Amino acid sequence: MKIAIASGKGGTGKTTVAVNFALALEDVQLFDCDVEEPNCNLFLGFDLEPVEEVTCLVPEINPDWCTLCKNCASFCKYNALAALPNKILSFPSLCHGCGGCRHVCPAESIEEKPRPIGMIEKTSSKNSLTFFRGILDIGEVMATPVIRALQRHIDESRPVILDSPPGTACPALAVMGCADYCVLVTESTPFGFHDFLLALEATRALKVPAGVVLNRDGIGDSRVEDFCRAEGIPILLRIPDERMIARLYSEGIPFIKEMPEWKEKFKNILKTINTVTCKSKGV
Amino acid sequence: MRQLAIISGKGGCGKTTLTAAFSSLSENAVLADCDVDASDLPLILKPQVIKREDCLGLKLASIDPELCNGCGICLEMCRFGAVLENFTINPYSCEGCAVCTVACPENAVSLIPRVSGQVVSSITRFGPMAHAKLGTGEEASGKLVNMVRKKAEELADKYSCKLILIDGPPGTGCPVMAAITGTDLVLVLSEPTVSGLHDLKRAIKLTSHFRIPTVACINKYDINEKKSLEIEAFCKNSGIPLLALLPYADITTEAMMKEETVIEYSVHSGTSGAAEFANIVRNLWSEIETRLLETSQKEMYSKTLKAWEP
Repeated sequence: MKIAIASGKGGTGKTTVAVNFALALEDVQLFDCDVEEPNCNLFLGFDLEPVEEVTCLVPEINPDWCTLCKNCASFCKYNALAALPNKILSFPSLCHGCGGCRHVCPAESIEEKPRPIGMIEKTSSKNSLTFFRGILDIGEVMATPVIRALQRHIDESRPVILDSPPGTACPALAVMGCADYCVLVTESTPFGFHDFLLALEATRALKVPAGVVLNRDGIGDSRVEDFCRAEGIPILLRIPDERMIARLYSEGIPFIKEMPEWKEKFKNILKTINTVTCKSKGV
Repeated sequence: MRQLAIISGKGGCGKTTLTAAFSSLSENAVLADCDVDASDLPLILKPQVIKREDCLGLKLASIDPELCNGCGICLEMCRFGAVLENFTINPYSCEGCAVCTVACPENAVSLIPRVSGQVVSSITRFGPMAHAKLGTGEEASGKLVNMVRKKAEELADKYSCKLILIDGPPGTGCPVMAAITGTDLVLVLSEPTVSGLHDLKRAIKLTSHFRIPTVACINKYDINEKKSLEIEAFCKNSGIPLLALLPYADITTEAMMKEETVIEYSVHSGTSGAAEFANIVRNLWSEIETRLLETSQKEMYSKTLKAWEP
């Protein structure tokens, strides 16, 4: 079972839910897929060790063999190659690593060299909780390849929780799309509701079943609740708008550590998800 | 024309709330909602749409089943895993690189245009606004951000506005870079939490990478004053002016529920807390205006210098 924790809007509590959920379940894997802002470990404080460097294959042109036919530059859809009268200029940071330039080069003068764009790390200590995260280097644009590289480390035989990036663009979809279930974290405010609808639309397009965690419950109004009731979307958990929870969050302490009564509530999320997904499969 | 971008690294710090507040304080500004992924500024500013334009993203591969003989070369060549076993294309994975089109021995693959989003020009009660809607799962969000900014510049020219206020996206990736490049000043919003500080550091790393003058501000500073001090110390050490400490206040949610900016809401809510909050935002805004003026003077100064160079 792969469960993605997602939201349209940023700052609704994805990381809080992901970390507390993982700590409550204990024997699970937690993957921090928000590679632009990987924040889970701020709350876990694990010692991490590098697993692999994520690279993108970029072209290197051998000027001795290059015939200046310009096929590569006119093929590249990302403007990563430019043809000058006397040489081909490459812009590695624009390259998506599709390998097309090498394929179209008649002189075989293009070789591909790996260029680092990010890093995959995991817990070095033996914990019942397995933790992996990906980090996109500052100034790099390609979050999705780092997410895909990270996902290759998922052990399919064990349950996994994926902390997704915000939004509904490509990187978020790469996470939600690989999940069996999506937990959408939102708050019942105009912004929260609007962005929740975008995220819900994404899960529907991906055909991944979804449920809701209502965070900062008590602020705003009942628009999320009313909508969920009408649409038959389960509300898996309500986290109240309590100063204690906000305080623990600000300190980087997962709140179930200080408020153990929440452990059961988080465990129940998994039970609900299992029931719902079994039902939808007709079991 | 001056451009100010408001970013935060971490989401939910109050970028849109603050941008909306600035919009009711600034005279003669164009708004640019560059959080194309989750565009929330229109929820407060209720724009009247003037024009919508499609943004064409990278093209999408399409396999003609009549011509395809199932040889599997495209599947092997595609680095993005976009060709599925049944020789159809997964649009969420395809990056439009066109490798499949040249690899296919049967010429069965072609590229078709795809609309990745829409750019919208509008008028709001505070002036013109450019915003966008990114299609679900589309990747060209950096490109769409650029289009929004271009649209905002056009609107600024048309209505002779002197300032563009950019509501930035969260994160530090492609859309954020597109939102801040070429701006005159970036305001990084933080909150006193471990993630707030962590993401502030990453955001500042990014603005210094692009060498854009940067100022900071802490929202909800009183939910953890110790963390706020840490952020203050960090800003001091890295030479980032910290312009304001905004308290945690119910007014932000209340104003949002009423679909008003905090400035508008403070006028009729009548509570002292709301008025106090609005005043801090006003002071922050005048600080920013001063700095925007300074950067423009510096620029003029360096231009004058250049003019004098032999």
